Amino acid sequence: MKPRRLVRSLFLLPLLLAALLLAGCQRGDELPWKLTNVTGHMPDLDFKLVDDQGKPVTGADYRGKVVLLYFGYTHCPDVCPLTLAQLHVVMQRLGPLADGARILFVSVDPARDTPDVMHAYVNAFDPRAVGLSGEPRALEALSKRYRSAYTREPDKADGQYEVSHSSAIYLFDRDGKARLLSTAADAQDDLVHDLHLLLDPGAKP
Amino acid sequence: MNARCAFLLAGLLFAGAASAGDAEHVAASRGWIRVMPGALPAGGYVVLENHGDHAVSLRSASSPAYADVMLHKSSTDTGMGRMESVDALPIPAHGKAALSPGGYHLMLMKAAAPVKVGDKVRVTLRFADGSTLDTEFEAKPANTVDGGEMPEMHHH
Repeated sequence: MKPRRLVRSLFLLPLLLAALLLAGCQRGDELPWKLTNVTGHMPDLDFKLVDDQGKPVTGADYRGKVVLLYFGYTHCPDVCPLTLAQLHVVMQRLGPLADGARILFVSVDPARDTPDVMHAYVNAFDPRAVGLSGEPRALEALSKRYRSAYTREPDKADGQYEVSHSSAIYLFDRDGKARLLSTAADAQDDLVHDLHLLLDPGAKP
Repeated sequence: MNARCAFLLAGLLFAGAASAGDAEHVAASRGWIRVMPGALPAGGYVVLENHGDHAVSLRSASSPAYADVMLHKSSTDTGMGRMESVDALPIPAHGKAALSPGGYHLMLMKAAAPVKVGDKVRVTLRFADGSTLDTEFEAKPANTVDGGEMPEMHHH
């Protein structure tokens, strides 16, 4: 009797595993996201840029971290600082979990935003923010990859200029998969809620 | 420091002796500046209350601390963050208008000397009728969300 039971158990084991896996996936699909779910509709995080320490980086360097990707520029005096200040509050609300996340602030103004300028800028907002700049072509490629857009407005009399840019925040999971899109219309509570789910899927936010 | 003393003195001398050029019916409160690193342009915000019977219109601003101050408006309509110069911000009779993050704001450029968190910066507002209003903006950290909020209780 005993050996037969063992054999039966061994036969059942893969089925059990498969069931568990399915349940796991299903639970993943059913996560109660509050932001716009873009899972499967946008490419994985990938780029070749320079971080604010002057080091070449790629999307793969941020695997293991939940990434909040935001396009902007340092000469933007209102909307970009407001967004980054709000993201700083979001990070504070996440507490120790925030260490598992990175804000990637990508410059759409490569002519003025050198790594030095970017370093001073992002550090004025949050220690978990990284400023990315790079070759105009590399920035264009990243912007196109996520169907983001930016336009350099005509120069003013003093040679200064503004850059209009998409204001959305793209959220990637630890595997670099695009998961969610947050816009200015979304409540901060929703962003905190969904980041909780991305950072700690087992916990209830 | 000398410049600040001179300002205070000038303020004392002229206080109460409101000339025809002062915007008597407009009160400014909770003015603040978002201090940015280096020489980057900063945003300036303030709440304006019109106690008069006629609408007034903010046209421009200037500050001894910055070479250039512009009245701007941000928008994030259609998902694009944009900024544009505006000619005027109307303040209705017995009404309010706010310059606040993500909307109307002053863009302060080319600081004469680095502005530090905690500094009080003098800003003069000019209205369509030619009147002016001297106000004081407090310099706040870059990552302030809304510096116009009432300060929290401080226990000393």
